[in-house]
Amino acid sequence: MASALINVPARAKRGEIIEIKTLISHVMETGFRRTQVGAVIPRNIIRRFVCSYNGAEVFSADLHPAMSANPFIVFSTIATESGTLAFEWTGDNGFSVKETAAITVE
Amino acid sequence: MRRLLIALGLLALAASAFAGEIALSDRRSGYELMGRELRAMQDDDTANPGMLWVLEGAALWKRPTGAASRACVDCHGEAAVSMKGVAAHHPAFDAAKQRPVSLDQRINNCRVDRQQAPPLAYESRELLALGAYVARQSRGLPIAVTIDDRMRPFLDAGHAIYERRQGQLNLACSQCHDDNWGRQLAGNLIPQAHPTGYPLYRLEWQSLGSLQRRLRGCLTGIRAEAYDYGAPELVDLELYLMWRARGMTMDAPAVRP
Repeated sequence: MASALINVPARAKRGEIIEIKTLISHVMETGFRRTQVGAVIPRNIIRRFVCSYNGAEVFSADLHPAMSANPFIVFSTIATESGTLAFEWTGDNGFSVKETAAITVE
Repeated sequence: MRRLLIALGLLALAASAFAGEIALSDRRSGYELMGRELRAMQDDDTANPGMLWVLEGAALWKRPTGAASRACVDCHGEAAVSMKGVAAHHPAFDAAKQRPVSLDQRINNCRVDRQQAPPLAYESRELLALGAYVARQSRGLPIAVTIDDRMRPFLDAGHAIYERRQGQLNLACSQCHDDNWGRQLAGNLIPQAHPTGYPLYRLEWQSLGSLQRRLRGCLTGIRAEAYDYGAPELVDLELYLMWRARGMTMDAPAVRP
């Protein structure tokens, strides 16, 4: 089931700065909240996001408990060559989602 | 004589302060009352978190379920065609129940009767996803609930609830949303309460939620006992709100603060 939305321009000129938008479905439970009977709700967050461009890491981020649910991460990179952008989110409870997007550089 | 004039003057003042129903041309959706950033978030399908539920709904639409092992798509075909405008027409009259049903209830009726599957819980991820996917097919279309002789009593009942003072704060919906829209309630702008974009993503909820969740939140806010999900009162109120927003453009799944 698709749980991530990615927006990468399909085509770009060589050397152009491209904007990449990612949105992923996740509760980002902080671990600080309690239920109505006082039990701590265990932390469940995404810890790390990595984007690699043809195998080379171009962007990464560490995520922490104070981030909103469904994190929306926007960043930019330089279009160098045609290929694949790979995205990976990893987090608590073995959470791992991988997505890819293709880009053609002219 | 003078006393009478003062009394009349006060009456006139009171009448202007409690203007009653909003004129059709003065209606504003929550979208129009939001800031630039939130509008941009709603308009961009890759930034609008509601689209996560729409994507999930699209997958559920095609997945066979229940004892009948039938998917929505098997009867209804492509949602882009068959579900176009459906959300804009709900709540709609249900012949079996002899009363209007909400879109969520319609989906669950279909699940129980046609798919022979257990109904989905209100506000469950699956029901919200299917609701969002169906509502998405009405984006850009005008709200048009059908009001005929069978529906009229339920519309009137919804209107009565809207105008009735409730809860420990003794407030009616109309006192905020007709008489004081556009003003501040603490840090928040009071909207006109037009349900154009449900189910919608509320930043406060950090999630998608239904119109009934929103109504229950408001009822708790005026310290009234909230009606249960699916209660006839909530559906009647939904019907009145949709009728009140007739002709306004659907923008589901919307983003709201």
